[in-house]
Amino acid sequence: MIAASVFDLPSYVQHSYLGLLGEQLEVSLGATLGGLLVSLPIGQACARWRLLYPPVLGLVTVAYSIPSLALFVFLIDYTGITDTTLFIALALYSLCILVPGVVDGIRTVPPEVKLAADAMGYGPARRYFQVELPIAAPTIMAAVRVATVSSISLMSIGAVIGNLGGFGQLFTTGLRSFNLSLVWLGLFSLVVLALLCDVLLRLAQRLMTPWADRRSARA
Amino acid sequence: MIDFLRQFFSDPRFQSGYDGIWQRISEHCWYSLIAFLCAAAIGLPLALLTGHIGRGDGPIAALAAVGRAMPSLGLIVLLAVKIGVFNFNAALIPLVALAVPPILLTTHEGLRAVERSVVDAARGMGMRPLQVLFRVEIPSALPLILSGLRTAAVQVVATTTIAAVISFGGLGRYVVDGLSQYQYYQVVGGGFLVVLLSVATLILFSVITRLAVSPGLRRNR
Repeated sequence: MIAASVFDLPSYVQHSYLGLLGEQLEVSLGATLGGLLVSLPIGQACARWRLLYPPVLGLVTVAYSIPSLALFVFLIDYTGITDTTLFIALALYSLCILVPGVVDGIRTVPPEVKLAADAMGYGPARRYFQVELPIAAPTIMAAVRVATVSSISLMSIGAVIGNLGGFGQLFTTGLRSFNLSLVWLGLFSLVVLALLCDVLLRLAQRLMTPWADRRSARA
Repeated sequence: MIDFLRQFFSDPRFQSGYDGIWQRISEHCWYSLIAFLCAAAIGLPLALLTGHIGRGDGPIAALAAVGRAMPSLGLIVLLAVKIGVFNFNAALIPLVALAVPPILLTTHEGLRAVERSVVDAARGMGMRPLQVLFRVEIPSALPLILSGLRTAAVQVVATTTIAAVISFGGLGRYVVDGLSQYQYYQVVGGGFLVVLLSVATLILFSVITRLAVSPGLRRNR
């Protein structure tokens, strides 16, 4: 039968290709989003109180240096061998990329723009959402793109601790069964997925902030 | 978790010999060092060249993006199946591939970010291109170059753990063996040691940065 396509996985993988894709997207994109939601207030605080930034930066850098496998392993104790474990670890890693991105982004807002917004009667919340965030968006989005790509590829290491890690499972089952085509499929899927997300985010950023200078949006 | 660590450090199996902690730590450091030096030997000269002549922004950015997207676990497994699980290259090549992009990107950008007027002044003083590179551009770009090397080193130390998934030693051995033997304390102990090692790498690089970077360049926060 020639009809068996590369996407029909052998039964010992325990997932369909689409199932793996879904898990991969859900956890890695979710973790980046979670990290962004956390790093927006942290970044805002660091931009406002300058003394806060160096210790926070040191903390997230140290957190990023924790090997992913070790962090997954520590978390098993609390959240078990589940996707939640991967989610928490990836969200923590994304902070190291996102917090500096948010801080740099907020710092690109010229003070006179903020004063102008104040003078026009914008309240703090409205000024933040309608003035500061749009101006900071290109820099923040550049960080989001880097964080997304790295969490997609980092997540595959989760396959070492169990039947997790999206496409990473193709690596571990491929090694166990010496099935090279599974490994190739996993590698190819991950790289294509990561680059695709990168391109889509870049497109989204351009649609969101059409006025932004193209050069400033580069990572 | 403290209990697991206590159990790990008091287990006589890990005190000495083949599965001893020091044996595993030295294996881990050794693998990481080889991979890091190979990556530096590839990345640094290339980036110094492209940064100095000011070309190749696009290709280097693209290479860095692909490097970030490339899953090391996949590469290790692929090479292990292709060239054999006992071939050290199967572990080495993915680690080098992991470390080259950050070195390449930050070194290149560091050189590009050196103030043009400074380079012009150096040239005006009659320095030859190599003198400009080694006495002006590299010292000015040193903080960024070192931060790229630091990122690469920390990532290599962290990822060397995965070499245990195929046949190699290092601290990942505890994690992988512990998982397959259902000995959670062994897994936690191995993970803990890797964290110590990467934090030590981080500290080492901050000391090097403090010593090597000219005081005039120190960022006043």
